[in-house]
Amino acid sequence: MRKTLAYAALIFLSALFVAPFLWTLITAVKSQADLVAYPPVLWPADWHWENFTDAWGKLSFNIFLKNSVIVVVLSTIGQLFSSSLVAFGFARFRFPGRDAIFVLLLATMMIPWDVKMIPLYMEFNYLGWINTLKPLIVPAWFSEAFFVFLLRQYIMTIPTEIDEAARMDGANAWQIYWKIHLPLMAPALVLVGTFQFINAWNDYLGPLIYLNDQTTYTLPLGLALFKGLHEVDVVSIAAVTIILCLPPLALFFYAQRYIMDSALGSSVKG
Amino acid sequence: MASQPAVTRPSRRKARGAGIAPWLFISPWILGFLFFTLGPLAFSFVMSLHDWPVVGQRTFVGLDNYRVMFLHDPQFWTSLGITVKFAALFVPLNIVLSFLLAVLLNLNLKGTPIYRTAFYLPSVISGVALVTIWSWLYSKEYGLLNYLLSFAGIDGPNWLGDTGWSIVAITIASLWGLGGSMLIFLAGLQSVPKELYEAARVSGVPAWAQVVHITLPMLSPMLLFTFITSIISAFQQLTIALLLTKGGPVGSTYFFAMYIYDNAFKFHDMGYAAAMSWVMFLIIMALSMLVMRWSSAWVYYEGEVRKDGDHA
Repeated sequence: MRKTLAYAALIFLSALFVAPFLWTLITAVKSQADLVAYPPVLWPADWHWENFTDAWGKLSFNIFLKNSVIVVVLSTIGQLFSSSLVAFGFARFRFPGRDAIFVLLLATMMIPWDVKMIPLYMEFNYLGWINTLKPLIVPAWFSEAFFVFLLRQYIMTIPTEIDEAARMDGANAWQIYWKIHLPLMAPALVLVGTFQFINAWNDYLGPLIYLNDQTTYTLPLGLALFKGLHEVDVVSIAAVTIILCLPPLALFFYAQRYIMDSALGSSVKG
Repeated sequence: MASQPAVTRPSRRKARGAGIAPWLFISPWILGFLFFTLGPLAFSFVMSLHDWPVVGQRTFVGLDNYRVMFLHDPQFWTSLGITVKFAALFVPLNIVLSFLLAVLLNLNLKGTPIYRTAFYLPSVISGVALVTIWSWLYSKEYGLLNYLLSFAGIDGPNWLGDTGWSIVAITIASLWGLGGSMLIFLAGLQSVPKELYEAARVSGVPAWAQVVHITLPMLSPMLLFTFITSIISAFQQLTIALLLTKGGPVGSTYFFAMYIYDNAFKFHDMGYAAAMSWVMFLIIMALSMLVMRWSSAWVYYEGEVRKDGDHA
């Protein structure tokens, strides 16, 4: 009896979480007649897949896509490289002030973005970076506290005997990082890469503040612009929304195992 | 590079200098901290002491921005109140719901990975897409939500057009992304030793008492973490309000963060906006510290032997 209740709750709640996606997908393939029908058409008879290509052509979405891809790819590479480098530094060296600096690093996670928003805008404006993609890419090359923490925890689980052996063979610190630890970190790097990709892909406030020129817009800005211009073109907006959701969803399904493992494994190890 | 990773030496317990190598490794963070965190923070404080238009003459005004904010700007208090109201709705609901979902998943019934994925899915999309989806669900005339509610005999409210419901609508849309907190609780639940429950069962401790005396104490570090991160994200809420309700209707969702944003990028009053962002920073810090101090009374860390009464 209790089990049945739990099943009912799980299925009902799962449906609640997934329904908004499905509803958007169904809206995206509706004909104009199905769209305005009341009561709402829950399962259209004809699925108009051409709505996707139609919607895509209504605004310079190819340009927005190109900008998004540039930001996502370059910031993810930068984040993987810099955060793993810093994590290795904290995990495998002893140096004066290390623990204090690490606490400082953790503390920066509590600083609200709103406080940095205005001075960062002024800084990038001074550098002439407004209306370029640089403000969305360059900071990612200087590591992020949360990712450093994650990777450091991962490196700590790797026996130091491996470093020892490599050092015997004449490897220096850089080689130990680059040739041994970077490959060993792969599962954790998938995790960091996934989070960075998704954050950069979804980011709205950063682009909103730094980009004014439509030729520099990323996809989220493009969708917001589109939504403002064609408020009534619900089908097209739904289609673009679905397209915008696809890459993070695909990546999530690929990386799910790593996300669950790390989340569910972390406290077991600790 | 002259030095070696310190831990590879036999005398790894002794702290020794490792030369410049570790500093080179952590230099990206150091530089990023200086240029993208510490520098901006300090600069923002300096700005807050100025009348600082985007173009034109800036003048030092001391603490005047803060004085005006507290004494002569009713919108500051209104917006702060709206944000506090949102936090009061969002923070407890986020904690309770993600905890309950984690408990359900932890029963390990058939198909658990599927339910887990379903609950986590909305967390990977956000911002504009999330808002677009919810703006239709909430629509008074065509919205799916009110249509479904009508089957239960409920005449659904005008979610986004009613000053009483708009903040509830934003709360629900925000809760859709509770997957992250849920995973943290699930991890915590799975790390509770099964023997504790068995021992309790053998001694005849009822289920509710097991939750109160085993589950909650063992999960208290995760509760604390989620508590603090929820407060921070509630106070920073901007994207959803900006796009879903644009602060309306009648300013009923004109969040504090949105007022800061408008002052900076609409009214171009950078100094005043910077001052308000510092107030937000201080409020978040104060709340976090309060929660942490209070938490010493209920957070239990494994391996910690607590003397009673050592936390006043």
